[in-house]
Amino acid sequence: MLEIVKRPHVENFIEWSRNRPEVLVLSADLTNSCEVGRWRDTYPDRFFSMGMAEQNMMGVAAGLAREGYTPWIHTFAVFIYRRSYDQLAMSIAYPNLPARMVGFLPGIVTPGGVTHQAIEDVSIMRATPNMTILETGDATEVETVLDVAQAVDGPVYIRMLRGEMPRLFPKSEPFQLNKARVLSEGDDILLITSGIVTEEAIRATKAVSLAGVSVQHLHVSTLKPFNDSIVKKALSGVKGGVITMENHTIVGGLGSAVAELMAESACAVPLLRFGLLDTYAHGASRQYLMAEYELDAAALIRGVEAILKRPLNIALDALEEARIEDMHSLAKAEAL
Amino acid sequence: MSKNVQAEPGNDDAWIQKAKAIAAAIRLRGFEYVMQANGGYLSQICSAAELLAYLYSHGLNLAPPEAPLKPSAFTGVPRAGAGYETGARFNGESLPDRDRFFFSPAHYALPLYVALIETGRMHPDGLSEFNKDGSTVELIGAEHSPGFETTTGSLSQALSQAAGVAIARRMKGEAGLIWVMMSDGEYQEGQTWEAFQAIAFHRLDNMRVIVDVNEQQCDGPMELVMKIEPLAERLRAFGATVVEIDGHDLVAMDAAKTRAEPGKALVILARTDPARGVPLLNERCPMLHYLRFTSAEEKNKYEAELAAMRERSSC
Repeated sequence: MLEIVKRPHVENFIEWSRNRPEVLVLSADLTNSCEVGRWRDTYPDRFFSMGMAEQNMMGVAAGLAREGYTPWIHTFAVFIYRRSYDQLAMSIAYPNLPARMVGFLPGIVTPGGVTHQAIEDVSIMRATPNMTILETGDATEVETVLDVAQAVDGPVYIRMLRGEMPRLFPKSEPFQLNKARVLSEGDDILLITSGIVTEEAIRATKAVSLAGVSVQHLHVSTLKPFNDSIVKKALSGVKGGVITMENHTIVGGLGSAVAELMAESACAVPLLRFGLLDTYAHGASRQYLMAEYELDAAALIRGVEAILKRPLNIALDALEEARIEDMHSLAKAEAL
Repeated sequence: MSKNVQAEPGNDDAWIQKAKAIAAAIRLRGFEYVMQANGGYLSQICSAAELLAYLYSHGLNLAPPEAPLKPSAFTGVPRAGAGYETGARFNGESLPDRDRFFFSPAHYALPLYVALIETGRMHPDGLSEFNKDGSTVELIGAEHSPGFETTTGSLSQALSQAAGVAIARRMKGEAGLIWVMMSDGEYQEGQTWEAFQAIAFHRLDNMRVIVDVNEQQCDGPMELVMKIEPLAERLRAFGATVVEIDGHDLVAMDAAKTRAEPGKALVILARTDPARGVPLLNERCPMLHYLRFTSAEEKNKYEAELAAMRERSSC
């Protein structure tokens, strides 16, 4: 039975910050929405309300970082990389300053629609020199990404989860920089996933394995740098083909990064990329959008069939019952 | 133009004479360089000569230079695990009680470099590196360029960064002030107003902002490109203390510096003449942003103007 964790960032971040006086939080009017309301109340002298003014917030973070502090910007991802990109690039990334940009609502996790869905953040951040990009996929990664980010000599962008989430990985196996998690072994298909779609992919790989296909499933949580030897080794050993799935556009994200690595290493098998197919999304529930944009277990099974060029005859009801969150209950209402 | 602060006639303190001489030397060296380079940012030299002379010889509390520094060759951009030499070293050692200077209008790089030379912070040979391949003395500087602590060629970003430094210095209990020099065109950028909003909200009264209000920008006069007036009233409404002065009046500049109020940043609007010292520039009105000669005849006229300036300075 999958453990479901509620709001792991809230207490974990407070505890983690306790003996780190250099850690500050900057917020742009989304404090409770980014789960740092209690952090603010616990450390009022280290919390700076910057209002709805992200361009200035980036510069202020840069100034604080120059003076030896580590500002942890908490806001929705879209407002980090869309609204204030020039400031992010010139004030923070160019000088390689240790600002930590915690971006909430990655991809289609929110019914907030196109203005709130960060679907091209990884592409843009990958193209930004000096940037490190981390993505969380479960409660353990939300809890342990902090140490990884804080150790980086330079700016870090984090695709962060909030609210309820599964614990897919044991607490004893923390987030590690540039190191994929091996979730299953095999050599017919190499499946590489990141973020929230890993949970879906785990369901698919179980069904596919039962149908006699051997799948190596890697969960990737460092999107830049992207030169992990585990991924490289897996690419060199796969026979049938590679499938990537990401909660993001397929242009410039995980799928593109894998394609670059495959081309550079002359990995001559087909690559199938699942993600938003160069399109914006819209406001709807996460479950609905994951099915609509082929970010679910059923889509992955179709992908495996396409690469192997044969039907697997897996009945969809044979998939382990999907974890249906209370997407439409009051408890999970996506109030901003 | 309203002026809150008037120069007091007859004030002949030694620093004023020295600053005047530095301003004249900035104009002459800058003009000579522009002629040698066959064009350049001359109007910024004319408008900001007194301002930079004042800041570097009297206004800023910077650690004095041990000896004029020579600019380093460019060795690479900032990156993890690599050394990087900041242009801030030309502004003296960073110490808790000393001021910090953030130079926002990066296209004023030439006037800044010349000011560093005339105040003994940069070796005169440094200017020969200007805009040369492989040099840090860049046309529009980055933070490896002499006098630069931040990378501000994308205008209006220095103010926010300085505000972050101001918060940090307050937390650390450092007494030094945070000075930002800006150009007036930057007041068209939304970020500038976001920054003033935050500076007032966080009561950053350790900040001093001095603005070269020359009313010129790349496309021409600001009032025809995008009006920013009434600038002083706007800034006051955003919570700053504002003093307007004649930007060529050193005494007024020094008096303005004393007008800071608790809880507020002080903004000195230095109203300047972009042709000051080189009246020939007025013939180019309204296009003063960058001097590009259109004919040999025009260049000869500037050569004659330069010769006259040289003559005046030697007597």
